[in-house]
Amino acid sequence: MVRKQEVLQDVVIKFAGDSGDGMQLTGTQFTNNTAMLGIDLSTFPDFPAEIRAPIGTLPGVSGYQLRFSSDRIFTPGDSCDVLVAMNAAALKTNLSALKKGGKIIVNTDGFDGKNLRLANYPEGENPIENDSLANYEVIKMDVTKMTREALKDFTMGMKEKDRAKNMFVLGFLYFMYNRDMENTIGFLKEKFGKKPEIFESNVKVLQAGYNYGDTTEIFTTTYTVEKAKMDPGTYRSIMGNQAVSLGLIAASQKSGLPMFLGSYPITPASDILHELAKYKNFGVRTYQAEDEIAAITSAIGAAYGGSLGVTTTSGPGMALKGEAMGLAVMLEIPLLIIDIQRGGPSTGLPTKTEQSDLLQAYYGRNGECPMPIVSASTPADCFDAVYEAVRISVQHMTPVIFLSDGYIANGAEPWKFPNSESLRPIPVKFKTQLGDQEEKLQPYSRDEKLARPWAIPGTAGLEHRIGGLEKQNVTGNISYEPENHQLMVKIRQEKVDKIAEYIPEQKLDSGPEKGKILVLGWGSTYGAIKSAVAELQAKGHAISHAHLRYVRPFPKNLGDIIKNFDTVLIPEINNGQLIKIIRDVYYVDAKGYNKIMGVPITKTELLMKLEEMLAE
Amino acid sequence: MSTETIAPTLTAKDFATDQEVRWCPGCGDYSILAQVQKVMPTLGIARENIVIISGIGCSSRFPYYMNTYGMHSIHGRATAVASGLKASRPELSVWIVTGDGDGLSIGGNHTIHLLRRNFDVNVLLFNNQIYGLTKGQYSPTSEEKKVTKSTPMGSIDHPFNPLALALGADATFVARTMDRDPKHLQAMLIRTNQHKGASFLEIYQNCNIFNDGAFEIFTEKGSKPTETLFLEQGKPLLFGAANDKGIKLDGFKPVVVDLNLGHSADDLWIHDEQDIYKAQILTRIFDDPKIEGHLPRPFGVFYQTNRACYEDVMAAQLEEAKTRKPADLDKLLKGNEVWTIQ
Ligand SMILES: Cc1ncc(C[n+]2csc(CCOP(=O)(O)OP(=O)(O)O)c2C)c(N)n1
Ligand code: SF4
Ligand SMILES: [Mg+2]
Repeated sequence: MVRKQEVLQDVVIKFAGDSGDGMQLTGTQFTNNTAMLGIDLSTFPDFPAEIRAPIGTLPGVSGYQLRFSSDRIFTPGDSCDVLVAMNAAALKTNLSALKKGGKIIVNTDGFDGKNLRLANYPEGENPIENDSLANYEVIKMDVTKMTREALKDFTMGMKEKDRAKNMFVLGFLYFMYNRDMENTIGFLKEKFGKKPEIFESNVKVLQAGYNYGDTTEIFTTTYTVEKAKMDPGTYRSIMGNQAVSLGLIAASQKSGLPMFLGSYPITPASDILHELAKYKNFGVRTYQAEDEIAAITSAIGAAYGGSLGVTTTSGPGMALKGEAMGLAVMLEIPLLIIDIQRGGPSTGLPTKTEQSDLLQAYYGRNGECPMPIVSASTPADCFDAVYEAVRISVQHMTPVIFLSDGYIANGAEPWKFPNSESLRPIPVKFKTQLGDQEEKLQPYSRDEKLARPWAIPGTAGLEHRIGGLEKQNVTGNISYEPENHQLMVKIRQEKVDKIAEYIPEQKLDSGPEKGKILVLGWGSTYGAIKSAVAELQAKGHAISHAHLRYVRPFPKNLGDIIKNFDTVLIPEINNGQLIKIIRDVYYVDAKGYNKIMGVPITKTELLMKLEEMLAE
Repeated sequence: MSTETIAPTLTAKDFATDQEVRWCPGCGDYSILAQVQKVMPTLGIARENIVIISGIGCSSRFPYYMNTYGMHSIHGRATAVASGLKASRPELSVWIVTGDGDGLSIGGNHTIHLLRRNFDVNVLLFNNQIYGLTKGQYSPTSEEKKVTKSTPMGSIDHPFNPLALALGADATFVARTMDRDPKHLQAMLIRTNQHKGASFLEIYQNCNIFNDGAFEIFTEKGSKPTETLFLEQGKPLLFGAANDKGIKLDGFKPVVVDLNLGHSADDLWIHDEQDIYKAQILTRIFDDPKIEGHLPRPFGVFYQTNRACYEDVMAAQLEEAKTRKPADLDKLLKGNEVWTIQ
């Protein structure tokens, strides 16, 4: 038959199914396939809160949202064009995010009496049989039956066969979007190469899904999305936590400091530990400590010994590390504290995103305890941001907090990865001998950055003691003298403030230098803000966007930028945290836009808020 | 632990600092400091390769008085700081100074994990059965019913037996000594250093301000011979003023026998540091000296064994990974799948 080929500009697909249905893998495979075609993309995995919630239930639904486009895009999309629902629960939890007229690909086998009951549909009601989905285009297929059919010649058990269901859906989508399947076959080969039967069965089902679309006459149209107009260069796809790991390794290599990671597993930060554990060949030592306190203090021990000390965690772990961060501030040694934020307080929403640790990072320690804070705004940006965090840490002899969140940690986007030579050097000099005028080491003497010397054990003649008690300026001896304490508190503050002289000035991400509204963001709200602001700019509004990487200290010129706008709006996924600091530092009557639902702010929501403000 | 570096001949003085020692006059910490300073120059380790890490407490002021590298960290975490340092710098001689509160209360978790991982470090636990620095609250080693500022009607807590705890965490070297016996203390420091692996040395230390005389019965001339049992490898367990008492195993139960009453030294328990089963019984000899028919308190090396050290296995994994796949940053950044946009 002759099929129509339609060219689309922008598509959002949500893969949804039971945790055991392999939706994350299906989504990732389709993502990689999309990426290889040079189409721009953005993803958002949506993990269930429970690892093994009962099969078929609403809490057991796992989702993966992928947006791809021939335009540059910055968010995974506010609503979907296509919903893949492997069972009734998946449909129920995700239907509200589907656009009117959107397509639903349902696995009819996931809508039997049991599944409907587990998804809390009223007795006798089946959404795919009645007219409740009249506003959508429903594509029904019995994935389970057709998967089993495709594997009828295979000897494996039924359970094993059913595990390949997701490949059927993936194959069908490859057909629908006119894709070549080579990368997925390659991936399966890599994954199951040692188990030929599993490999062959997966490929068989993948092809069956594709052929089903191809031979069934009902599918009269297939779709393509053209390449996006991206900067020329070579790209790969990257997730935020992966980018953090690579950024750390790159910084370790460029600084010549071997890396030591002390970490205690916690969602959504654990993947950094998993990732870094693979790179022992880069001299990376990963240490799974007994708790978060041991994780950070072991990293402090390693940093004292001349390693690049790193600790990774999320909110609750961050709270446990507080006292040790204070020690690192007193010791004035380099240390990276990486917080992949999640919903709080307490255990909160472990698998959901939030930006609610900013005030904790800023103020959450005893005493006057300033630390620089660097934040990442997109998955790929995690690489540059963490690299910068390391640079600041080792060059200014200070612990640095790096903030990311669950949204960008697990989200993926294309990344024009750098060449190692192009990375900014991070020169580090240990102190190796006494200066001409020195009789013994003065551990708290300082350079122009107010950084003290890094003299590591094993260096003859520089033996010295450091610790958490207040120290005398220059000598580092214990001192309880009132004037000295005030002086030291001021010096530690000034040292952090001075970093502003060594970081780039704040730039506007878009928009005029003067105008009506400045949208000021930090972290993972970047994509939503950029997209919403761009729409308003296209309509001729005097609105601009600035996005902070350096949250402490702020870039020197931030105050000047703020002054040029009638209003400042600060969207955050929290109850208003950056806004408190901005109001405090710049005395500006900034407005907040706050969403605290464990999910990102959407472009549409923000657009509505901004339109309201512009109409005032 | 052992580190083979030839150091120039140094003396105890070379290990002292210009910082005024601030313990209370008469505190047992002075003696421990003096013995450590005496022993250090004999160990053949270059001063710059020695690092002393402490937590918080009177005892934890120790690093300030030792002219080596040192860190006075935070309460309870010295063991964790030391773990990170040793893991990343295996060639250093790392010593941990901690107290009964620091190492067994707030830092108890890190202590047991350090022992099971078997980092090649030396843990010196100054046990004064009290919180000295915070002015006299009971500690996890204080005896039941102890009246302190925080237990006016007597402590309800059952105390830890530190050596049994260490052995329970699979420590590879477990020993006990006391501040008032400089010779034994020095000998134990040397043994502690010789052991390759995590060494746990409990040192009974008198806090003459808040818990004076806690160990008097073991340390004072009059009672010491009958109340203590000094362990020596391959030797029978003998004690008493005339070495006329011994310990014999009756099944699994240690019993005191009198050599004047027909028992011979050949019947006695012969100490074997390598015997884990006997070590378990030895650490359990922890009787309250006030109780009728109690056993004497053992001192010396209870147990010593060899097991792979964490930092060595870690380093070996790194080496193996490097030979399997040389580090190539550009390859790493590039990943497996790329595409080019013209
Ligand atoms: C986080 C924290 N909690 C409490 C304290 C107060 N504090 C300091 S030392 C100490 C107990 C010390 O007892 P021990 O370890 O036995 O040392 P000693 O002073 O007896 O040598 C306490 C409770 C502290 N410094 N830090
Ligand atoms: S309080 Fe006790 S332990 Fe502390 S210095 Fe004084 S005597 Fe020593
Ligand atoms: Mg004590």
